[in-house]
Amino acid sequence: MTSPLLELNHVSRTFMVKKQQIKAVDDVSFSLGTGEVLCLVGESGCGKTTTGKIIAGLLSPSSGKIFFKGNDISTLSKDQHNAYRLGVQMIHQDPYASLNPTQTIFEILATPLRYHKLVKTDKECRDRVLSLLELVDLTPPDDFVEKYPHQLSGGQRQRVSIARSLTVNPSFLVADEAVSMVDVSIRISLLRTLSHLKDELGLSVLFITHDLALAKYFAWDGRIGVMYLGRMVELSPAPFLVDHPQHPYTQVLLSAIPEADPDITRKKQSLQLRSMDVPSLLRLPSGCSFHPRCPRFAGQLCQEQIPSLTSFYDGSAVACHLVMDDRKKDVIKA
Amino acid sequence: MDAISTIFKEIWKTLRLIAMNKMGLLGFIMIIFFILMSFVGPYVVAPDLQAHVKEINQGPSVKHPLGTDFQGKDNLVQIVHGGRDILTIAFLAGLMTTFIAVLVGSFSAFFGGMVDTVLMEITNFWITIPKFPILVIVASTAKLTNLWLLALLLAMLSWGGFARQVRSQILSLKKREYVEAAQLLNLGPLHIIFREMLPNMMPFIATSLIFAMTSAIYSQTSLVFLGLVPFSGSNWGIMLSSAFAKGALYQKDAIWSVIAPVGAIALFQLSLVWFSRSLEEVFNPRLRSGV
Repeated sequence: MTSPLLELNHVSRTFMVKKQQIKAVDDVSFSLGTGEVLCLVGESGCGKTTTGKIIAGLLSPSSGKIFFKGNDISTLSKDQHNAYRLGVQMIHQDPYASLNPTQTIFEILATPLRYHKLVKTDKECRDRVLSLLELVDLTPPDDFVEKYPHQLSGGQRQRVSIARSLTVNPSFLVADEAVSMVDVSIRISLLRTLSHLKDELGLSVLFITHDLALAKYFAWDGRIGVMYLGRMVELSPAPFLVDHPQHPYTQVLLSAIPEADPDITRKKQSLQLRSMDVPSLLRLPSGCSFHPRCPRFAGQLCQEQIPSLTSFYDGSAVACHLVMDDRKKDVIKA
Repeated sequence: MDAISTIFKEIWKTLRLIAMNKMGLLGFIMIIFFILMSFVGPYVVAPDLQAHVKEINQGPSVKHPLGTDFQGKDNLVQIVHGGRDILTIAFLAGLMTTFIAVLVGSFSAFFGGMVDTVLMEITNFWITIPKFPILVIVASTAKLTNLWLLALLLAMLSWGGFARQVRSQILSLKKREYVEAAQLLNLGPLHIIFREMLPNMMPFIATSLIFAMTSAIYSQTSLVFLGLVPFSGSNWGIMLSSAFAKGALYQKDAIWSVIAPVGAIALFQLSLVWFSRSLEEVFNPRLRSGV
């Protein structure tokens, strides 16, 4: 069996804030093969971005291991580490902050090409820059090369930012809320560009978003992972997760998506949370961290024992005592 | 030919950027005037080497626009001849100060950890040393006749505060997303510091350069005034020094031999400070769009 492109094995990350530990990411495990898509969704502060940064190598995990092409990234040789660094690229959330304001689009795209000697001549460099711009649908590319970032719109900047991440031919993209900051009207075309690139270049994508509707659109043939307070609570193929949400938190999230049709909205059963407040990461609830808000709260077990992410035979994985009880027969024994 | 024409185009563009701020343009013109006066002027205006006993301590007149000194020498001629050393040292010392400060500050902030601790402890220690006494001691023991050496000494004594400012700027730039992206693209620390970060703080660096220049002018004229740097010939500091030595404080008529060098120094400083207002326009691409 070939090893997956990227694998996270019980990865945790804690931050120290005023001598208090904050568990931003707690015991997250998943793997992603070549060309696969995984969407991470969850409320703000649930550790989505931290997970993305750990994968991109911007943060190191406090515990747990990350495997890239089957190798533990903490034990890579210098060359292998270089390959990993360039192999995993990230698209930032804010297109207004992620491009250097003092460089032209050409400089932004040509620098990595030249630095890593991916092009030999100036002519080749210019051609590559132009073709990258075309790849992200900034056409005609000649109109854009000499511009500065402040002369472009948010959507155009985000495309430049995508083009930049593609300069080094990565195999894995972390898209951190990549379309959240752009106008709703441009969002869909940006998403189309992204999925088109994914198919054309065979990229694996970790798509981080707080918007389940976006996740549903983008990851329809991939998987969706739902995070809550640093832990993965449900990880299932996208259509399955949307049609049969199992974890109470996922059910609440899905029921909260506004629908365009008021009839559907009225008919939709809305699940009531027991408490609207997200607990502070400084004082995580004991047991299942969702229990103070859980509509299906079932007493002591939830309060005392942390449920672990359990895989079922139908491809879904849920971290909830109640679901586990209901589906004892389907559990894949580790 | 092509290269030359692009260079001219760039220069023209920069001039137009400078002209966008009226105060900055005025400062720029004054700086050019001072540079021409100090470096070309001595070849045009003959030096006044002889004493004119009949014309001692005169006020401004058509013959002597800035009056005369205690020997009857023309003050304006001395100003023209006395600017070269001041300007050269100011420029050299400013450049060296900024260079050391940028190097120490950016490396300290960028690499963090032990590098940061060590460099910042050295900087803190350096800042607390009273600098002018040291300057006086060094200048009086070593014979600083070399412009470069004096400039280096001035730079060595004044980089501390700037280094800390550069460090704080880099610390903030380090967290910008485009710097993070450059790290992801594995572009290496030198590229990230010099190509991604520094261009974004050019207005700040250029302004620090100008302030380093002004403080270098003060330090060196003070040294000359105290008679610690044996400069040959004339120099604004020497003019001031000899005016005081010959009792200018007690003679109403001698006021012009004090006003002339002090005015020259003050005007040059003022032109530098005004010019710094144009720098934001020159270095910020957002403001360039109109040109």
